[in-house]
Amino acid sequence: MATIATKPETFVGKRIRRREDPRLITGTATYVDDIKLPGMYYAAILRSPHGAAKIRSINIKPALAAKGVVAVFTGKDTEHAGMVPCGAALPGLRVPPHHLLAMDRVYFVGHPVAAVVAADRYLAADAAELIEVDYDVKQAVADPEKALASGAPAVHPQWPDNTAFTFHQEGGDVDKAFAEADVVVKQRITSQRLVPNAMETRGVVADWRAAERALTVFTSTQAPHTVRSLLAQILGLEENRLRVVAPEVGGGFGSKIDTYAEEILMAFVAMKIHKPVKWIESRRENFLCTIHGRGHVDFYEIAAKRDGEITGIKLKIIQDLGAYLQLLTPAIPTLSVLMMPGLYRTKNVRADVVGAFTNCMATDAYRGAGRPEATHGIERMVDMLAAELQMDPVEIRLKNFVHNDEFPFPTATGLVYDSGDYAAPLRKAMEVVDYTKLRAEQADARRAGKLMGIGICTYGELCAVGPSPATPVGGWESAQVKIEPSGKVTVMTGISPHGQGEETTFAQIAADELGVDIDEILVSHGDTSLVQYGIGTYGSRGTAVGGTALYFALQDLKPKIKKWGAMLLDAEEVTFEGGKCTDHKTGKSVTIQEIAAASYRAMRLPANTDPGLTATHFWEPPNFTFPFGAHLVVTEVDRATGNIAIKRYIAVDDCGNILNPMLVEGQVHGGVAQGLGQALWEQAVYDDNGQLITGEFTDYTMPRAHMMPFIETSHTITPTTVNPLGVKGVGEAGTIGASPAVVNSVVDALSPLGVRHLDMPLTPEKIWKIVSKAAGRTA
Amino acid sequence: MTQTIHLTINGTAQAHEVEPRLLLIHYLREVVGLTGPHIGCETSLCGACTVEVNGKAIKSCAMFAVQADGASVMTIEGLASNGKLHAVQEAFWNQHGLQCGFCTPGMIMTVKQILARNPNPSDEEIRHGLEGNLCRCTGYQNIVGAVKAAAKAGA
Repeated sequence: MATIATKPETFVGKRIRRREDPRLITGTATYVDDIKLPGMYYAAILRSPHGAAKIRSINIKPALAAKGVVAVFTGKDTEHAGMVPCGAALPGLRVPPHHLLAMDRVYFVGHPVAAVVAADRYLAADAAELIEVDYDVKQAVADPEKALASGAPAVHPQWPDNTAFTFHQEGGDVDKAFAEADVVVKQRITSQRLVPNAMETRGVVADWRAAERALTVFTSTQAPHTVRSLLAQILGLEENRLRVVAPEVGGGFGSKIDTYAEEILMAFVAMKIHKPVKWIESRRENFLCTIHGRGHVDFYEIAAKRDGEITGIKLKIIQDLGAYLQLLTPAIPTLSVLMMPGLYRTKNVRADVVGAFTNCMATDAYRGAGRPEATHGIERMVDMLAAELQMDPVEIRLKNFVHNDEFPFPTATGLVYDSGDYAAPLRKAMEVVDYTKLRAEQADARRAGKLMGIGICTYGELCAVGPSPATPVGGWESAQVKIEPSGKVTVMTGISPHGQGEETTFAQIAADELGVDIDEILVSHGDTSLVQYGIGTYGSRGTAVGGTALYFALQDLKPKIKKWGAMLLDAEEVTFEGGKCTDHKTGKSVTIQEIAAASYRAMRLPANTDPGLTATHFWEPPNFTFPFGAHLVVTEVDRATGNIAIKRYIAVDDCGNILNPMLVEGQVHGGVAQGLGQALWEQAVYDDNGQLITGEFTDYTMPRAHMMPFIETSHTITPTTVNPLGVKGVGEAGTIGASPAVVNSVVDALSPLGVRHLDMPLTPEKIWKIVSKAAGRTA
Repeated sequence: MTQTIHLTINGTAQAHEVEPRLLLIHYLREVVGLTGPHIGCETSLCGACTVEVNGKAIKSCAMFAVQADGASVMTIEGLASNGKLHAVQEAFWNQHGLQCGFCTPGMIMTVKQILARNPNPSDEEIRHGLEGNLCRCTGYQNIVGAVKAAAKAGA
């Protein structure tokens, strides 16, 4: 019989190396493209090369006649196969019908037009090239401000104003605040379109067993249960005969929350050809047809008193939606509105959002989803206000932070900030760099003609998404704990991690709660036939919501374990600690292994107790959590090249309690890389015809190892009151803190040249032109 | 039209008839069944498909299988020996040098070459050596840490 190691040692809070790594470092993990089913076919998708066009005709005959081809589908075939879903609801929202394949029009470059199914991927690609599509090309509009201007081409002919929705939110008395202000600062600020670029592109394998009416879909997703529920609805299948599996998933960053056309289409194809079918997205397709992030043009106004007290904020957001609404597309800018006050006390806010259709890929949740835009905006505005009032950026922030004794703090936008000590990470960051000395060094550098900048961002974010009423598909999370007859512990979680490491952190939680060794625990996820149900991994919710569900499932199990222990020990009362129940009167104890065996063998049952040792808990969070932190960045601009050198990057994050510091640091590093990417390099650029001209790694500048600075991480710890683990979430923090800190630093560096604002990305070309102009050189 | 190729992969002799247009990465993954090397871009820009051909790290999406005729190829699957992880694998694990793991097999093969060429690289040399491999999760910091740890362990 296997023995169960029980350990007095605890695991939570330690740098435990990851339990998911052995399969990943040996190349034996199974991603979607690694799945090969008997008799499987391959699909290739023909996509529109035009941003806007009418389809006059499609000739699929040459493709059908090509070698190895079994089927070709066009919009006519899939017309009644259901629509790609938008899960977000806003009053008056215009949702364009989103067919799986284009009907009589294409709306963006990459719009799927036909699907070719063949014996292998080369033959499918060959045949797709043989399809003849006759397009009547129309004028596209790819810029959201141009789309809203009068006379712009209509993306959807039925809505000539290109407006999908407007959204208004207001708190306090904004007009009074602005009328009584000593100073008002205004600025147009953009958060450019970005391409999430998970290293694994999307991919689907669908397998239909007609006799059983059973469909299995392997898909690279962050939310397998959502995909299952939506697929069942869309395809009219019984949900309990539909299995969706997220196998190993190679990154998502929000882009794999959506249920996409290709997931539905491959299910449809498998059901038509009665054979398994695989589609793997190319990188080019990933650029064109997986959701993009950001896409904001923001108009800010901030009102303040002479002493720096912020009294009101006005914000107008133009959200570039793209042509279609994906799962959460219209909801993303409303998150920006919720977080528009940042960490500051002001109660007077007004926001107006216009959602603009463009002939581009849809925008949706990308790491941070609405909060990076809001943080970038408020943190830039606070710096501009400080410059206007000739205050230090630190001083103005300290003056306006929510005070420690004001938590839980109701914000002007209707949120309740759970807990915080907003000055603490800022002070820590200042300590790390010796801020006073650093400013003196900067003064010296400036005298020497150097362009040195110091930039600060104090960010807040809304995480642990979230209470169900605030989400489109529910915001709870579930966990099941099964103690097997041998005493081994299986955890099944409804989150769907894809790099975050919850197979490790959840094992740490379970090991500590049960008092057993971490090796006794196995954490499973991502397969709807194994896992009870779940909402998935996004919105920095995995540990804060999913981990809490696990915590409560473990608490549910403990009384049962004690009942069995007491029966086996013939005791009235026992304690459960260190993996065993002990009768303190006699000193006798019984291990969890013996208890598990007895509970399944069930020769005797304790009173009012059923056999087996399992517990399932669905946990509904009472609130979001609100992590915060301070990033401080020192930069130097090269006058000759416009190149920006990051001299120091300090990230002090407060994500509440930390279960595994190594994993938290990893999340911050990766988040900062994506925020830096936005600040300095990345941009999805569409030309006026709707062509994505940064649509490959050659043109879209991803952060590479030699471009990244060393990130100095540290933490303050303010536990949340929302969950018993005290954890707030850290997946998006780095991304949210980085872009304003970097841009504030570069604006500070260039402030002697009269620069007060710069829009991202801060490419060397952009910076060189500014520096050259200031020097009187012709750029 | 096919062509027969003979090569050694992870120490085992292999022979297959392949189309001349078949990429080495597709040959390894689809024909030989080694799915450790991944396809991240098919344009030689991301490095997820990096394998060793005759001792040199190459991007296997930028080479045809027929070009590897007669060669000795090592993929990530061939790196551990007798169940013992290679020092670079161990270092990636210990230093949290991976998150989603998709770029990892290519990264590890690249790092093996970095250290073969320079057993004690500086941070700058490490970052320069990693330039051809994209990672979207880690910000590279713990990968750099893993390379240093592997160097220390004498990889």
